[in-house]
Amino acid sequence: MKVLMFGWEFPPHNSGGLGVACQGLSRALSENGTEIIFVLPKEVTTNEHFKFVFANNVFLDVRTVQSLLTPYATSEQYGSMIQKMQGNIYGASLFEEVMRYAMRAKDIAQKEEFDVIHAHDWLSFPAGVEAKRVSGKPLIVHVHATEFDRGGGNVNEQVYQVEKEGMEKADKVITVSEFTKQLVMEHYGIPESKISVVHNGINPVDYPGRDQDDFGLMKLKQAGYRIVLFLGRLTLQKGPDYFVKAAKKVLEYQPKTMFVIVGSGDMEGKTMQMASELGIAGNMLFVGFMRDEQRSKIYHTADAYVMPSVSEPFGITALESLLHGTPVIMSKQSGASEVVLHALKTNFWDTDEMADQILSVLEYPVMKTEMGKNGEKEAMNCSWDKAAKKLQTVYKSVT
Amino acid sequence: MASVCFYFHVHQPRRVKKYRHFAIGEDSTYFNDESGTSLDNKAIIEKVARKCYIPATSLLLDLLHKHKEFRVSFSFTGILLEQLEEYSPESLEIFQKVMKTGRAEIIAETYYHSLAFLYNKEEFKSQVEMHAKKIYKLFHVKPTVFRNTELIYNDELAAYVEKMGYKGILAEGADHILGWRSPNFLYKAHGTKNLKLLLKNYRLSDDIAFRFGERSWKEWPLTAPKFAQWANAINGNGNVINLFMDYETLGEHQWEDTGIFDFLRELPSELLKHPDNDFVTPSEAIKRYDVAAELSIPNYISWADVERDLSAWLSNPMQHDASNNLYSIYETVMKSKDPAVIENWRRMTTSDHFYYMCTKWFADGDVHKYFNPYDTPYDAFRYFMNALTDLRIRIETPKPEKQHKKRAGKKSSLPV
Repeated sequence: MKVLMFGWEFPPHNSGGLGVACQGLSRALSENGTEIIFVLPKEVTTNEHFKFVFANNVFLDVRTVQSLLTPYATSEQYGSMIQKMQGNIYGASLFEEVMRYAMRAKDIAQKEEFDVIHAHDWLSFPAGVEAKRVSGKPLIVHVHATEFDRGGGNVNEQVYQVEKEGMEKADKVITVSEFTKQLVMEHYGIPESKISVVHNGINPVDYPGRDQDDFGLMKLKQAGYRIVLFLGRLTLQKGPDYFVKAAKKVLEYQPKTMFVIVGSGDMEGKTMQMASELGIAGNMLFVGFMRDEQRSKIYHTADAYVMPSVSEPFGITALESLLHGTPVIMSKQSGASEVVLHALKTNFWDTDEMADQILSVLEYPVMKTEMGKNGEKEAMNCSWDKAAKKLQTVYKSVT
Repeated sequence: MASVCFYFHVHQPRRVKKYRHFAIGEDSTYFNDESGTSLDNKAIIEKVARKCYIPATSLLLDLLHKHKEFRVSFSFTGILLEQLEEYSPESLEIFQKVMKTGRAEIIAETYYHSLAFLYNKEEFKSQVEMHAKKIYKLFHVKPTVFRNTELIYNDELAAYVEKMGYKGILAEGADHILGWRSPNFLYKAHGTKNLKLLLKNYRLSDDIAFRFGERSWKEWPLTAPKFAQWANAINGNGNVINLFMDYETLGEHQWEDTGIFDFLRELPSELLKHPDNDFVTPSEAIKRYDVAAELSIPNYISWADVERDLSAWLSNPMQHDASNNLYSIYETVMKSKDPAVIENWRRMTTSDHFYYMCTKWFADGDVHKYFNPYDTPYDAFRYFMNALTDLRIRIETPKPEKQHKKRAGKKSSLPV
């Protein structure tokens, strides 16, 4: 079985979960004997293709297409990016760039031999559709998020149309959760029989420093503070405002709590302002975006991790936190809540319940330890290998 | 002779409501969920009464009228009986009718279905006495055979119970205890003068309790003639067939549409077709049969999970922490002399609270998940601990007289 896969940059050059998922899946697929031609957009590129070698001597045949596409790109972000470019080859708008990328993808599809096409998220759906058109091979689109998750109520009609067309023209739609499957059925009119759920996995070897503490936060803990963590993009989708509301309630009962916010995004200013207005800015630490090792330390040192997402197709951070032995409180509006039993779950809007759950973890050390210990075991079981095996059965069903 | 001894365990706990941190010090009611969900004790009693207590007991009553040889025995927990008085007097009346036939027996146990024997013998004794009192008040009988919560048993318990005046005791016929020996004989409990041990035949019991409705089971469907045949096979190499199970098996765990009631309706006449078969209550078995040998069980056994040990209630640190915290305030609770505080504390000793905190889901998982009214064991733990913290505050900071009255007044308008 050979797959033409339209994916995204791997860590450490990625931002967010999409690159992690592409890496985890393609590595596990290769290990399970699936050959992959992995196509990805890259701003600086050579036209030659190269072999990406995974640690265990499994190869990935990588082709890059020079493009400004990045995961989670919005029209506005793209607009400001393209303005800085001079005499360039790129599309004038995000949509032109998506279509230009699709045309380049078509060239690759014409030259290569493969059995099935697999495209990750909407920016690469048109590429997948083009590849299908010229090759006649079956197309699988993989939905890691939809416009309804990202938009937080504001749905960009153009993005929606690209997503819908991709799903309609695909032979199979993969969603990362039951939660997303429901959304795809409801908002995109895709029949249930055409959708398969493949939950994301996590790979412990990607977190080598997961038993190390963060120095600054340790100082706070030694001073008697408990650490409650938010980690994610500060956008409507991730619910940082609900985190702040819950924090306010917790602080009424546990004044020696520090709420640490890791991440950046368009809601950063609003979130800070909210904390000030509620008079709890002194107990809120905004530390900005962080990478691997630093994140690991913060996960490990925190007493509790909260994922209050409004709409979370999966939510890999929940598994990341558990992998560091830190208990998780997460919204029921998430895919991860389908695979994790050893966590506390709440509706994202119920900040009273969220606060009560945070307080429980802080007040009862024995429960905190149990949740962390059992959750860690559970996260270890969420392997990409399982996901890859499920994907292989989907590949078989369409070829 | 093979005598069939039916024994049904009839119990419902008072589940702790979603008692939040914010309620500590403000709300002294812990068991009054009224949401209609899995924590609403009244709604649960009403549901179980409709599906099990009323139809199953009516059927047993019919069978007692129809077959003079038929016998049945029950262990009603005190905490169930008081809930029946409150929420389903109709169920209680039918149970009373069954007892009036004189061919049904009630087994003694702790009023609160607690683990008190493991933590505090004095409290254990009080709860057994409370139970006996309640049974006498409602049924005018005095139990002579004992069973501990969830058939938790060891030699020490046997000796203690004999001193309290009981003639027999029930336990699980666990393989690791019996080895080659059969559960179909009576045994003498080690370290006692003459306390007779009745052991559950877990294969035949679980065929009814767990496997009856399971279509993937190779013996499905289980019919009364088939079951009678299995029982007949014991004739000649055993005296008693102890069929011990949760009463909710009838209609609640095994729904009516599995045919469980039809099975039970036919079973006595099928069993009685064999001239050497009959029925006994535990005390009749004790009178009629001698012991086959002495059995020593130094370590605790129970009828729960594949392990048949204490791990369903006491295997993770949360369960230990919660029980230790609970029993650590025993003295102060009793010294408070506040009946409401003592009653609340005792209701918290019910073993089910600790069962709900169990995290070993993945081996015996399904059963625990099925019986857990909380989303997670962590929820079970935190609501319990929050309520216990409130109870502690109530003892440690006695309210001035005036506020006492106010609180009492407020409470009377709420179901306790």
